[in-house]
Amino acid sequence: MHLHLFEADPWGTTMTASNLVMFLARRFALAIPLLLIISFGIFALVHIAPGDPVRSLLGTRAADPATIAVIRARYHLDDPLPVQYGKWLSQLIRGDLGVSIQGNRAVTRTIKDRLGVTVFLTLMSSALVLGPGILLGAVAAYRQGTRLDRLVVMLGVFGISSPAFVTGIFLLYVFGVLLRWFPIFGSGDGFFDRAWHLALPSLALAISVMAIVIKITRAAMIEELGQDYVTFARSRGLSPHRILFAYVLRNSLIPLVTAAGIIIVGIVAGAIYVEVTFSLPGLGALTVDAIQKRDIPTIQGTVLLFSTFVVLVNLGVDVIYAMIDPRIRFGRVRP
Amino acid sequence: MSSPAADEGGVEELRPRVAATVLIAMLVLATVAFSAILGDKIAPDSPFLQRLGTGDTPPSLAHLAGTDLFGRDVLSRVIYGARTALVGPVIVAAGSFAIATVLGLVSGYFGGLVDTAIMRWVDVMLALPGPLLAVVVVGIVGGGYWTAVAVLVVLFSAPDTRIVRSAVLEQRPLPYIEAARTLGLSKTRILFVHVLPNVAPVILAYVILDFAFALVNLAGLSFLGLGIEPGAPDWGRMLFENRNILFSNPAALLLPAGMIIVTAISINLIGDWLLERFAR
Repeated sequence: MHLHLFEADPWGTTMTASNLVMFLARRFALAIPLLLIISFGIFALVHIAPGDPVRSLLGTRAADPATIAVIRARYHLDDPLPVQYGKWLSQLIRGDLGVSIQGNRAVTRTIKDRLGVTVFLTLMSSALVLGPGILLGAVAAYRQGTRLDRLVVMLGVFGISSPAFVTGIFLLYVFGVLLRWFPIFGSGDGFFDRAWHLALPSLALAISVMAIVIKITRAAMIEELGQDYVTFARSRGLSPHRILFAYVLRNSLIPLVTAAGIIIVGIVAGAIYVEVTFSLPGLGALTVDAIQKRDIPTIQGTVLLFSTFVVLVNLGVDVIYAMIDPRIRFGRVRP
Repeated sequence: MSSPAADEGGVEELRPRVAATVLIAMLVLATVAFSAILGDKIAPDSPFLQRLGTGDTPPSLAHLAGTDLFGRDVLSRVIYGARTALVGPVIVAAGSFAIATVLGLVSGYFGGLVDTAIMRWVDVMLALPGPLLAVVVVGIVGGGYWTAVAVLVVLFSAPDTRIVRSAVLEQRPLPYIEAARTLGLSKTRILFVHVLPNVAPVILAYVILDFAFALVNLAGLSFLGLGIEPGAPDWGRMLFENRNILFSNPAALLLPAGMIIVTAISINLIGDWLLERFAR
């Protein structure tokens, strides 16, 4: 989304040196209500879906009284809503995500089968996003105003305007169909085969998210390069390399940490689209397939996993941010 | 954002080039808007006419971009598709900023409890995985294109509120507000007659950036087979319906895919240009 949304102090806390621990504790405490809100929303999906919850949960199975009774008991549909939620939540905490309406398979088992592809895809893509993204942003800032800079900025505009499912189609056509360099379906076995199969999907996913990294790194670098300490370091005769890598780049990475939440959400959400584009058997494709078949227990399972991951990532980002920037630790600025 | 190009040299050098790309972007957007308004006049064929006997064929003189699985003319469907590609996103951008402008003005100007309440809502919304939420809600609730538009309005209004609020916070300490207050003007009058015009240019730039983002998001939902009705000529939906004919008629996928990118790039270029001009 827009890039300067994460400016400031999301939780309204100003810290002193002694209460970093307090900050972390509060931050943890705030993640819990958020997870509860999310879990309630996910629980409510059964009731939000148009039509009778029993019918939604029945799926394609025959509507005989015995099956209906089992479903009513399994989802506690005869209890009042808050009680239903409580029971659902306690099952959830014990690792029971329910049973898929197709094939009566435990949702946790399906998720376990599909998780590998998605994790591989997102990790490979993250590497592509961070490496070239930071490099391009840094180079553009260092050569600000040149043709190279303009090219990188245009690349950023292209990335932001090109969702992964669209770039994916072009990559699939050029490198899969025309040139036949990469396979056009399947997810491969073993590390190298899998990396080969997931190369195009990871690239498609990376291009759109890389734009954010380029934009943030470039803006931060330009700002840092204008600081007094850079002029001072230059006048002291420090080598340009040392100034660039030891000081400027390191300081420029801080805004990137703040934006890590947005970047990771971008990659995870993009994975859904990419898996559909390349027909990969991952969690994203599972979610979309479940939505099309109205398989609510499976949707609940995958969405719960995705959103918990996102909340934990945002929590982690705040903690890391408080740790790496000493000004925040000592309470001189608000995070 | 600080513009380091404030020194004369950088500006002189950059300006004409920026204007050229922006000019092209405006031309592209005008063409798409033209197809959206006059699609039925300029399309060479009906976008709905099925020729089941023909099926999917590669580009030919009769069908410049070939036909899809149902034998429908791809070029005509792309021309008609300009309509859903622009209308929904315009509503998303305008709607979310209408909400955000009211909330952001109130939040930024009054501060206090109202501000805290509005900002907590924004925090919660931003902590949720928005794109995923859109997929699930549109998929479960159903209701087609307009549900998708409504969901995006709500999702977009949270970050937009933050943008308006920080723009208002920049205005607050300025002397003209103090002057208006000394004159005894009412708070609503100060907000809407004095503060709003000063933050409006920045808001407009972000409305346009939101427009591009909404276009990409709505197309994404259509691509997953959600939102828009089956059979409707829509760029995202075409990618969904034609995903299996990449070999027999690649144009059926590459043309709508290219249109999504080109249109979104044009809108983003215009938005960035406005932002640079107004936000300094």
